[in-house]
Order: sequence, then structure tokens, then C-alpha cells
Amino acid sequence: MSRIFIAGIGAVSPAGWNVAALREALNRGEPLPVQSLARPGWDKPLPARLVPTPSIRPEFLAHPRLRRTSPITHYTAAVALEAVAGLRTNPDAKSCRLGIVVCLQSGCVQYSCRFYDETLKNPATASPLIFPETVYAAPASHIAALLENVVVAYSLVGDPSAYLQGIALGVQWLEENRVDACLVIGAEETNWITADALWHLDRPAIAAAGAGALCLSRDPKLSAGVELALITDAHVYSARRNRAQAAQAMRAQLDAPAGLLCDGIGNRSRADVAERNAWSDWTGPRISPKRILGEGLMAASAWQCVAACDAIATGRFATANVSLVGSNQQAIGARFVRADSGISHLSAATSKGNIRP
Amino acid sequence: MLFPPTPLPAAPSRVVITGAGIVTALGIGWKPNAEGFRAGKVAFRPVSQFDVSRQRVKVAAEVDLPKTLPATQLSRRQVERLDRAGMMLILAAHEAWRQAGWQAAENLPLVLGTTAGGMLLGEAYYRQAVQQPRRHRQQATRAVHYQPQVQARTVFDALGFSGPVTIISNACASGSNAIGHAWDLIRSGQAERVVAGGYDALGELVFSGFDSLQALSPTICRPFDARRDGLALGEGAAVVTMETLEGARRRGAVILGELIGYGTSIDQHHLTQPQPQGNTTLMVMKQACAVAGITPEEIDYVNAHGTGTVLNDSSEAFAISEWAGRRAATLPVSSTKASIGHLLGGAGAVEAVVCLMALGEQWLPPEIEFEIPDPACKFPVVSRPQAACVNVALSNSFGFGGVNATLILRRWA
Repeated sequence: MSRIFIAGIGAVSPAGWNVAALREALNRGEPLPVQSLARPGWDKPLPARLVPTPSIRPEFLAHPRLRRTSPITHYTAAVALEAVAGLRTNPDAKSCRLGIVVCLQSGCVQYSCRFYDETLKNPATASPLIFPETVYAAPASHIAALLENVVVAYSLVGDPSAYLQGIALGVQWLEENRVDACLVIGAEETNWITADALWHLDRPAIAAAGAGALCLSRDPKLSAGVELALITDAHVYSARRNRAQAAQAMRAQLDAPAGLLCDGIGNRSRADVAERNAWSDWTGPRISPKRILGEGLMAASAWQCVAACDAIATGRFATANVSLVGSNQQAIGARFVRADSGISHLSAATSKGNIRP
Repeated sequence: MLFPPTPLPAAPSRVVITGAGIVTALGIGWKPNAEGFRAGKVAFRPVSQFDVSRQRVKVAAEVDLPKTLPATQLSRRQVERLDRAGMMLILAAHEAWRQAGWQAAENLPLVLGTTAGGMLLGEAYYRQAVQQPRRHRQQATRAVHYQPQVQARTVFDALGFSGPVTIISNACASGSNAIGHAWDLIRSGQAERVVAGGYDALGELVFSGFDSLQALSPTICRPFDARRDGLALGEGAAVVTMETLEGARRRGAVILGELIGYGTSIDQHHLTQPQPQGNTTLMVMKQACAVAGITPEEIDYVNAHGTGTVLNDSSEAFAISEWAGRRAATLPVSSTKASIGHLLGGAGAVEAVVCLMALGEQWLPPEIEFEIPDPACKFPVVSRPQAACVNVALSNSFGFGGVNATLILRRWA
């Protein structure tokens, strides 16, 4: 069995268009400002944390394939390019065979709503330019065209815990030598319908958009100083195991003796209770990106993993644990460690900012 | 643990299929479908599920769902919450499960391909949200149950097993990718058994989408025919139970066929159009053959992706002709989309089951409406019902976004 290194990370979030912006927001520890989304038929708008318009138009948008794409593809492209930046400057890795796993829960909701709205009004005039962008596989397809050296690409759909299944799939491709590196991306866009669904399911949640990416490699020379140590089983919710029990099982299997905890707790009393209880005995430092950034669904899971890897890569921690207690599928946990240290002699560095001891 | 993974075995396990369930417009279950595909029956009719009066095309291959589902462990309330896609998925899974004779189990992976999951519930959610914005009834339920992982959990509850769920949404290659991924899980030693399949229901958004692209045939769906003018949509599901050969033999299971090859890659040419010479198709067919350790000379039948669109079929015809070489002149090829339409996320899984039927019952599924071959076809297109010696069958699936997948199945005799 090979070691799996993190060769790069990328993030687009309501904090901005790179990992540095995510790190700064998490360190500041203050929930980001909330914007309003007009909801047709309602006087009161719905709250959301949107990705800010970039100060400079990203160069990748000039690529012919990305001209008519929706925001989710823009976020996906930005995190992909940020996460493979190290590979692209490394002469050994420039022509590596790349795999892509894009994980989604809501997917391409903006164009789906727009196209269905046009269909309901008059299908004869519904735009054929929009329809292809409604499919879950659209972002992965565009990124493959943008990066060019992609040999295999899957789009996975699930609740936010599926992001770690995406990483496990990337590992499988690496182990089978199908790819030399694998980008695993979690991405979401938001609009009024997503915020409306959240309002129905989890009223205190604030919809958010963005993406996060990890680039995996077996080559230690490509390592950004972070290594994947463990992903638990998928503790699936079923008639015999409820969400709280699955979260407890994940917590027990992850063990998490030390380091940082990147959890998925937001500001929701009901939705958070299973995860909160599972980690009630945790006394170490923790960060909760959703408290700052909002409910970004699959993107939020990716932010948790990016924050964990970033905390190690920047030398703040030697180990970081990720807890993903999904909304309706499963609970999965993961641990990342400093690439040059053995897991048995890890120690947590001093916490700071929003990292709460 | 998902990581570190189980060490790769010294030699990959052989993977066999011991149960298959199928739902298409030809019927519910193996028997009516086998009879229909063998005869080349065509199942298109005017769309009844939604208003198509303002659409350019007005037909599709709709499934006649039974009034009641077979007895499962689902509660009445769970059954009432199923949409068409969920019902077709349960019907197919139930048939496969019973045929395999599997018992309730934990940690049994389920891998499904779909493009839309419970999109019909999503459409209902949207309509109510905009047309009756202050009415909230059923919206929370729709918001949960349109998600494919929730539909997958319903399969668990119906059949009494549970395990990791993987939902692959690689557009119209999803069903093949799901079966291929299940094959990978077993060969790599991560699982001894997997339930896999694909499903999609006909929905207004998707129908309108293909109509807006003018990809739907206003006449007849005729894959590989020089006069072809588009695809026809259908709906359906197929589920297979896959296990190691050793496991199947140990329990004395009836083996329907062996999955011996899988290839997948991505065509970066265009979001909706294949590379004209079918480069990626050629690559995945070669990949699958290399893994299977066979040559085109050993393939007895190709179930093509064959949508009936001008671009897809010419690209695929180039690829098959190039890949098959001299074998092309005598290699039977057909697309069963001529009978049941394009099932999108369900297509690859349904077509894999059609291959199992052809392997098990020794016939070739014809395209009854096929008359004039496209000049790119260097192979014979099966156009009349015929018995045949079929030992190895290859199935192609391609999706919007460019994912291509090939499965190769072998007769078990």
C-alpha cells in the first residue's frame, strides 16, 4: 500500500477565491456577512453567503469551454487550478495523468432552475445553450477540457459526507496506477431554490456556495507537507442505525487521539446535535468552518478538508481530524498528518484565531 | 476503513453476475424484456407523464408501472413517497435480489448510476415554489427524497441490507460506470459482493432539454441508419448482483454471466458532441479488451451506445470499425435504444442486462427499423431477429460531458 500525499489544495468560498482567503476568514473567527436572495412570491428575502465577485476576472474564463458555464464550474475551475499549481510548475509532474472526482449534492441548480422555468413558460423557446450545463457532470467535463491531461473523471452525488468517498475513489485510482495524481473537488452553487429548500429542512442554516479541492499523489516529491492517514468506513444511516449512532461509530473508529478537529457543526441546534454529541468529549482545538462560511453542502465538506490540510501545511498542527456527519446518507471521518512525521508521535501546536481549545 | 484500503490481491478476483433485474417500456422483469428485445419490439408512444403539446417531439418509451410493488420491507408510507424513478429502481433491485438469493447483510456496497435521481420530485418542488409560493405542504419531503442517495437508502430498507452507497452521475455513461466501479471494488478486494445498477425516469426538464437541442427524432429512432435524425427518450432501471466467482460457486449460485472487462475515460472534445473520429471510444474499447485479455476477433456482439443522433453514431461507427479492424465486416452490432429509447443514467445498466440476455439465450437484439447503413459503418447492423452463438458481448455507453465507458461480458456455460 502506497502513502498518499496532498500535492495541493484549493478553495473558493464566501471568503474569497483562494485558500489564503479561507484561512484568513477561519482565523478571524467571525461569521461572514449575510446577503439576501430574493425569493419569488415572498416579501422577505432568504439569507445566503455568496462568493464575492473576483476583483479581477479569472483568466480561465477566457477558455472557450468556460464561456457560458455557471458559477459552479467557475468555482470548480478555480480550485482545480489552485490545487494543481504545484504540479504544473514541477517538471516531473507537468505531463502526469490526472484523475478528477467532482462531488456534488445540489449541483448545477442555477441553470437547472433557469431552464425549467423557461420550459414551464414555453418549451419551444427554452434555451439549448443552458440545458447541457444542468447535468451533474458538466463541471468535471469543463475542468477536464481546461486541464487537458485528464484521463478519467467521475462525478459523485451524495450528501456532504460523500466528499471523503471521493477521496477514497481517488486513492483507488492511484493505487491501481490509473492516474499519477487525482483532484478531488467538492462544489456547490446556490440560488433562491437552494436557500428555500434549506429553509424547509434546516431553518437556521444559511446557504453558501463555493468549492474546495485536494490534489492527491503517491509521489512524496509532490507533497505539500501533508499526508492522508486514515478515512473511516462509511457509517451509513439505515433502519437499524440512526444518524446519531452512525456519528458515534465514526467518532469511535476515527479515534482522534490528538491534533485539530475540523467539524461540520454550524449554528443549527437540531441538525448539529448528532455531531455535537459524537464529539462531546473532545477537549482539543477545533474549527467549524460552517459557523463562519455557512452551509455549503459538498463545498463545506471540502472546506473542512482543505482547512485541515492547510493547518498542517502551514505548520500550525501536525495532525488534523475531519468529521463529516452527512444530512441523509452517512457519517465518515478522516485524519491528515504532517508528511514528515510518524502518526505515533504527533503533537498539537498552539491554537489560535477561531481554533477553539 | 476506506483508507488505508485493503491491499490489492495478488490476482484480481473473477467477477460474476448472479442476479439481474430490469424495467423498461417493454415490461417489468427479465421475461417480457427478453421477448421484446429478441423480437426487436418498439415501445414508443405519446408521452402521458407531462404536457408535450408545445414540444417539437411528442413520443417516448414510457414504463407502465404496476399498481402495487412486490412485497418488500418498505412501509406503506415509504412506498407512497416513491416517485417513478424510485419505483423502477425498487422493482429492478427486487428482481435481481430474489434471483441472486442473497440474504440481509451489513456492509454490502450499493453502486448506482443516475443522471437525475428523483428529479420528478425536484420539478414538483419548483412548480409549487413558484406557482404557490406560500404553500409549504410536502416541500420538505420533496427536498429530501429527490436526492439519489435517499432513493438508494430506500433500496436498503426494501431488501434488508445496508452498506456504503456510491452514486455516480457521469451523465449517460452512469449506469455502465456504476457496474464498472462495482467490478473494480470486487477485483481490488474491497468487497466480495456489490449491488449495482442504473436508473432514470422520464422528466419534463430533460425531455424539454433534448427537444431544445433538437436531438430528439421527429420520425423514428434509427441508430446507425443513414437517414437517422435523432434519439428517442425512454425510462427504466436495471440492477445486477455481482460477486466473486469463488463466492458464487461456494453457495451454488446460478451464474448469469461474467464481467471480464471495463474501460472508462473522458472525451474532452465538447460538452455534448463526441470527437468525430471517436478517439476516446476507441481508447475505452481497447482498455476494456486489454483488461479482459481478449481481441475484437473474440467479441460476438456489440451493444452500441447508438443513440440515433447524426454525430454520436458516426463517431461510434468510426471507433468500432477502427477497433474491430478486419473483424468489423462480420461483427454484429445493434443499439437497443431503437426499442426502448435512451434511458440516460439507466442506459448502461439496462444494456448490460440485455447483453446478459443475449449471452444466456443465444440471440441478437435487432433494430427493426434499420434499413440503410451509415457509410461509416464497416460492420453489419442487426436488423432482423436471429439466433446466434454469443459467447462475449461488448457494451458501450457515452455521456454528456464526455465520459465514455465500455463493459465486456462473457457467457457462463
